[in-house]
Amino acid sequence: MTDDRRGGPADAAGQVTPARELLSAADVTRTIARMAHQIIERVADRETGSLAHAVLIGIPTRGTILARRLGAAIAEFSGTEVPVGSIDATLYRDDLRRGPARALAVTDVPEGGLDDLLVVLVDDVLMSGRTVRAALDALSEHGRPRAVQLAVLVDRGHRELPIRADYVGKNVPTARDEQILVKFTEIDGVDGVALARTTGGAG
Amino acid sequence: MKHLLSVTDLDAAEATALLDTADRLKQALLGREVRKLPTLRGRTVITMFYEDSTRTRVSFEIAGKWMSADTINVSARGSSVSKGESLRDTSLTLSSMGADCVVVRHPASGAAHRIAAWTDRDRAVTGIHTSVVNAGDGTHEHPTQALLDAATLRERLGGIAGRRVGIVGDVLHSRVARSNVFLLATLGAEVVLIAPPTLLPVGVEEWPCRVSAELDAELPALDAVMMLRVQAERMHGAFFPSSREYAIRYGLSPERAALLPDHAIVMHPGPMIRGMEIAPSVADAPSSAILGQVRNGVHVRMAVLYHLLAGASS
Repeated sequence: MTDDRRGGPADAAGQVTPARELLSAADVTRTIARMAHQIIERVADRETGSLAHAVLIGIPTRGTILARRLGAAIAEFSGTEVPVGSIDATLYRDDLRRGPARALAVTDVPEGGLDDLLVVLVDDVLMSGRTVRAALDALSEHGRPRAVQLAVLVDRGHRELPIRADYVGKNVPTARDEQILVKFTEIDGVDGVALARTTGGAG
Repeated sequence: MKHLLSVTDLDAAEATALLDTADRLKQALLGREVRKLPTLRGRTVITMFYEDSTRTRVSFEIAGKWMSADTINVSARGSSVSKGESLRDTSLTLSSMGADCVVVRHPASGAAHRIAAWTDRDRAVTGIHTSVVNAGDGTHEHPTQALLDAATLRERLGGIAGRRVGIVGDVLHSRVARSNVFLLATLGAEVVLIAPPTLLPVGVEEWPCRVSAELDAELPALDAVMMLRVQAERMHGAFFPSSREYAIRYGLSPERAALLPDHAIVMHPGPMIRGMEIAPSVADAPSSAILGQVRNGVHVRMAVLYHLLAGASS
């Protein structure tokens, strides 16, 4: 996810106070394992236990990493590889006109499209729901999935659209001027989730 | 980015960002039945062509349409230009009508710069922020062609930095050559211009490239060779003895193409004169990237429109 969506005007102005840890590296691993179990339980075919109709699609950047982690955990626990892809929602956002042109991220939808598959959309932080709305629009261009579910590591509230997650790693009540900082080893060198408050900012 | 007038306005990071955006747009549309993105809904793109064009005009129009912009084509013939309207008044008219972007091709070098300066000044009057894209101005520049060539080089060679690119033929009249020399140098490529001395512009020694007259000597060390069209319509004098002699000395024949390394690619900005600067069998060989250039043209122009129009007006 792009930094702004995690909330708070910290990028624009203001200082970020030292972050308070919400999830340690071990907590992140445990949380992802729990979410993987929940996905297997809800997605697997009731009779055959098959996951063949499922696909994990992450929203770049950290949603894609989380989707890969969930995919690996699902493969470990169920013995089935679930395809993992990514979808960039930038071109479908409703706030493009509010800032300079944003860089685009990788879109990698498994070959054959998404027709009749069960898509689990994955992102790191759920706040307003606007990114998810944009991602749903982008998904619909790649086919007509049987259903779409949403998995997020942190739900921090402040929804602006009627969207909710099916799988939540951790619910965190936050103030609008706070920021959720998600870190993954793949790009940040370390796993962890922290809460930071911005002070002196414009918002 | 407010206008795209010259590749010299782009630094390596900005040029690379445009190429990355083009790649991502290509990915986003890959394998889709409906090639339409909502990103530029409600934006108006006017292409204003005072010179003939197939590729550039059509690919700008497709680029705009695939991103849901409203695209309108104006050509000099059939517009008030033929009644004697000045460039100044035509451009003011178009921006007053609400054009968010004017894509202009003009036979006079510097025309796009003039229009950009006028639209910036007229903004106070019209209240409309119009971006200007140079789609070829005389013998000066053709930035989106250089960008699509860079995209093709990156795609086919895996990178641009450190690669050696030969640009062969009528450099004197070629805005494509000029834009490519400066953009590819910015991106770290080594550029060699290969042309008869009569077809080199004054001041070429100041350009960031090497100049050679010997095509056969250069071919074995090139990663890509870009053949230029001999622009007969701009030639008012004898620049070489005959077309036949030009084709023999500077045309890319099959025998000559065999001198290239195996990995090297053959490019041409189009339109090609088969048998003059390039042999038909070379143009259609697997090493030819010519159709790839055309395909990349759409994505690169989408990227340019995205960078100019998607964000807040600066």
